[in-house]
Amino acid sequence: MPETTLPETTLGDLAIEVRSKNAGPFWITMELFMRDADGYRIAADETFLHEGVVAELYRVDPASVQIFRIPSLNVVKISYPRPVSQGSLRDRDTHAGQHHVPLAQLVVPQPGVR
Amino acid sequence: MTNADAVSILVPSGMLGAGFPEETITRGIALGADVIAVDGGSTDSGPYYLGASKPKTTAAAVSRDLRILLRAAAEAGIPLVVGSCGTSGTDDGVDWVAGIVAGLLAEEGLSMKVARIYSEQRAADLKEPLEAGRIHPLPPLGDLDGATLEDCTHIVAMMGHEPIAEALAAGAQVVLAGRATDTANAAAYALLKGMPAGPSWHAAKIVECGGQCTTNPRAGGVFATVDRTGFTIEPLDESAACTPISVAAHMLYETANPHLMREPDGTLDVRDAVYTALDERRVRVEGSLFHHAEQHTVKLEGARITGYETMSFSAIRDPLILKDIEGWASLMHVVLTQRVEQTLGLTRDDYDYDLRLYGYNAVLGDLDPATEPPREVGVMLLVRAADQALATAVAKVANPLMLHLPAQDMDYLPSLAFPGSPAEVERGAAYEFVLNHAVDSLTPTAMFRTEIDEMGEKHDA
Repeated sequence: MPETTLPETTLGDLAIEVRSKNAGPFWITMELFMRDADGYRIAADETFLHEGVVAELYRVDPASVQIFRIPSLNVVKISYPRPVSQGSLRDRDTHAGQHHVPLAQLVVPQPGVR
Repeated sequence: MTNADAVSILVPSGMLGAGFPEETITRGIALGADVIAVDGGSTDSGPYYLGASKPKTTAAAVSRDLRILLRAAAEAGIPLVVGSCGTSGTDDGVDWVAGIVAGLLAEEGLSMKVARIYSEQRAADLKEPLEAGRIHPLPPLGDLDGATLEDCTHIVAMMGHEPIAEALAAGAQVVLAGRATDTANAAAYALLKGMPAGPSWHAAKIVECGGQCTTNPRAGGVFATVDRTGFTIEPLDESAACTPISVAAHMLYETANPHLMREPDGTLDVRDAVYTALDERRVRVEGSLFHHAEQHTVKLEGARITGYETMSFSAIRDPLILKDIEGWASLMHVVLTQRVEQTLGLTRDDYDYDLRLYGYNAVLGDLDPATEPPREVGVMLLVRAADQALATAVAKVANPLMLHLPAQDMDYLPSLAFPGSPAEVERGAAYEFVLNHAVDSLTPTAMFRTEIDEMGEKHDA
């Protein structure tokens, strides 16, 4: 551990908006609208945010995760099949509108720290 | 008045019944709208609305919006298209909106030619395409079996633009469509008038949520003009703006894939679309493509009953319990399961429940990254069983626990905070979506049934 640690920065800190929503009854989709090209570079870095990280955050099969990186909009978009059937007994988020939070709170790598 | 070189679409809001400022409609008409298009439904709010065939919106809100739109359409002499009537687009939904329209036309002293397009499907009628291998699963679902079709309380097929365009071509001034793709209601008139498919479908996707593609989604809807080479879009409210980012970003909304979108007739491809600001509040979009499919397909939606639910809700404020809320919940699981077996003779195969700790981790469960202790927790117990009486019986067995269950280290019984009396709420039938399958259609209109009638003052009963 380094002597002086910078305060942690999350993806949400670098974004204008992070949102999630149903894409039809069987898929969840979320978007990171990054503030600028610098933020986009971090979010779009495949060594940082990849299918395996999303799979761990949301406990889904990494092979089912789709990531779209859209530099013209500074957007990273993530889609995966809904693990819990919409509106069923164990679905606590019918519109999947609050599922962006674990993604938004993901801590980004500190510059210079490898 | 229709310009052969362009078609202008007025979209008042993202959903019929959501409301819009009346002056935004006046403005859209003044801008030269050729058609008014609005979506009346979605699966977004869950399987109940399809399963029970009930609308999510209240009649008063739908009526308020329709009165303004019918008046505007009649005065301007342009058609009004409503997609996915009654939220789920079942036959009940179409008839519900048609009843409201008939009443409004009579009240307003108007007479209009109204098309009702029904999209509900009978399980028996889907057996033949199923057995012929003409029904294919869409990911993540697997192959369909006949029993699943039989289990559905309602099945709808999502129409493309074709049945709507056909009704408009037949002279309908108002088209009330059953389940349709979110885009079909806005694309139909432009396609009927010969506009190219790429810009027509792309414009329809951008306008489908009304003002969501603008910088102020609460200010009202949008106005899009489709022409031979692209489309131009602006908000109906003059203080709001469309920017290249706000328009392009809407292509991401509620779509798993932001570049390609399947419609019954083919696939919209926006990978090469270019978004340009014409001025402070108007955006031009060019380069949208549409690849016509070799096989026209129609997507099915269906919902079935999974059981009956009863809900109980109590709340905890005492920090002595909250310091180990997970321990309290574990004790609840053990005692509740025992008590249900002792009193009702039921095992977990006979019923199911979900215990949700609102204020702690109810929304995200184990996915929640937060670790702080909660200040207060709402405890929701949701019980599902084969019938309502059984679900309520389980919730009532749980009632003394929802009131008095102590923390594991307490040697006295606390009393927890029920928000009201009675404690249990019967939620009725619970549903789930079970269909996400596409039918190879014999023709684009074969699965839909259209009725066209004159409605309003000239229509004597």
